[in-house]
Amino acid sequence: MSSEQFDLTRENNDVGGLTDRFARYVFLGCALVSVVTTAAIIVVLINGAIDFFAQVSLVEYLTGTDWSPLASDPTFGVLPLVWGTLLITVGSAVVALPVGTLTAIYLSEYASPRVRRIVKPVLEILAGIPTIVYGFFALSFITPLIQVVFPQTGTFNAAAGAIVVGIMIIPMVSSLSEDAMSSVPDSLRNAGYGLGATKFEVSTQVVLPASLSGILAAYILAISRAIGETMAVTLAAGMLPQITGNPLEPIQTMTAYMVQVGTGDVAVGAVGYQSLFAVGLTLFVMTLSMNLFSMWIRSRYREEYQ
Amino acid sequence: MSAKTGSETGTSTGSGDTNTTGFGGEALRRKRLLGKVFLGACFAATMVGIVALIALLIDVTVEAWGWVTWEFLTYPPSRFAENYNPANYGSLDTGPGGIYPALIGSIYLIVLTAVFTLFLGVGSAIYLEEYASESRLTQFIEANIANLAGVPSIVYGLLGLAMFVRALQTGSSLLAGALTLTLLILPIVIVSSQEALRAVPDSMRRASYGAGATKWQTIRNVVLPEAIPGIMTGIILSLSRAIGETAPILMIGAATSMFAPPRLTQPTDAFSAMPMQIFDWAAQPQGDFQHVAAAGIVVLLTILLLMNATAIVIRNKFERRG
Repeated sequence: MSSEQFDLTRENNDVGGLTDRFARYVFLGCALVSVVTTAAIIVVLINGAIDFFAQVSLVEYLTGTDWSPLASDPTFGVLPLVWGTLLITVGSAVVALPVGTLTAIYLSEYASPRVRRIVKPVLEILAGIPTIVYGFFALSFITPLIQVVFPQTGTFNAAAGAIVVGIMIIPMVSSLSEDAMSSVPDSLRNAGYGLGATKFEVSTQVVLPASLSGILAAYILAISRAIGETMAVTLAAGMLPQITGNPLEPIQTMTAYMVQVGTGDVAVGAVGYQSLFAVGLTLFVMTLSMNLFSMWIRSRYREEYQ
Repeated sequence: MSAKTGSETGTSTGSGDTNTTGFGGEALRRKRLLGKVFLGACFAATMVGIVALIALLIDVTVEAWGWVTWEFLTYPPSRFAENYNPANYGSLDTGPGGIYPALIGSIYLIVLTAVFTLFLGVGSAIYLEEYASESRLTQFIEANIANLAGVPSIVYGLLGLAMFVRALQTGSSLLAGALTLTLLILPIVIVSSQEALRAVPDSMRRASYGAGATKWQTIRNVVLPEAIPGIMTGIILSLSRAIGETAPILMIGAATSMFAPPRLTQPTDAFSAMPMQIFDWAAQPQGDFQHVAAAGIVVLLTILLLMNATAIVIRNKFERRG
């Protein structure tokens, strides 16, 4: 072969001591741990779920409307748990999506650099607070506040859980959306102003549509996070699996059920224990499909600007 | 009425210069008002997050006021809410209640997690940034890491329960907790370490190769020393997320209340951690336990604050100038 270039350095040939030859494989091994983790999650969940579905029919699990694993004649219809999760998710989205989007518009379009320097770290702090603290906040602050307006509300209610999860995911919506809006080039904004548009029109009719794919991806990630949220909803929304349209009633989410089993209310080895993996698999499938959907939207509808 | 005004303005501007002074008078005023209302809404939305944070911090501080004492930090927990109340300390026959075993448990848990993530996280990042070519395998690993970051933490708890506690027979131990938390924060650590490695200028690598160094010598003597501050910042921030995680260690069976702290030399000891202890207190029905839970939260948030402050100090101290 007539190659013009000779690489005389030792970058790409692993000469030298043993360490030099083995380093590559040691690091590859580290990198493969994350792949093994994914595989292990899937194997563990499916394996546990197979044990469960050997005793409970898949149809009963997916269509049953009664979840009472502790009863003498236990029934495993997952719909009340899914309903509880949906109630929390929709409620938190109602809180977080508008607030997060408007925050992002304010930070990206209106706020001065000084304001941004203060507000962004504050929102980061909000994102860094452990979820157990949010659960406490719901019990000791939000529920009493709801009880002022609706005095018949109990200690545990879906509304407090939804509000607190909503607050928790605001930073996620706002920071990801703001990233999307800031990447819209100024030339588009200036074109809008050149046509006589006001700041409001440029923000809502130029910047917002141009960054729509990023904003939608942020929404889906935030909703996926709300589905998987555990400690705050366990503390705030209670342990009563039921299908109800009333947000002031206690409910139980899929994650809260897993906590209930985890804290030892259900005997290990029993079908109740195996149900842990069936519910876990359901949760995993829901969040994974949302995350993949979010990635797909971002890559499919991405606007490339120079 | 307003729609009609809009169309009239449209025609008058279209027809030319006859009506320049009245151009869009009504419509423009409406637009300006709309803009102001919108700005107000945006500002109010921004305030929601800030007000929520302030309300949360005030709520916790008020509930915990007077309950965080030296005794609270140095004594094991108690079943009775009265034992935590500093006003009762003098008249107790059992000694005051506190958070000590959970505090020590959390610290040991984080130390072990730090050791594991340091090796696995930095090792993965070195492979992806320094060794791997843009192959299918690399893309697969990176997509996989992005997906892992979105898996709910409670699912990692199930993984730890089935893999470490049951299959590898570690029991509900400090080791199982640390391994589970390691897998949980690994994606964040890898991504932040990759960024730190990427920030090392290529000219430094070239200089090292030019001097005849091998790949491993270059990484060890040139790239890593340069990237270490950035890597440490990322690891500390990830660990501050791990220390507040409740769901994973709850699933592997960490105790809600322990009366003796675990030993770092015996990683198979059963343990409790601060978030578990706080969960236990917050779920107690009696009113006074709310103050105890709040006191625990103050301790947890203080540690979080210290960890974040350390990360910021490291970042500022070693930040490349220019």
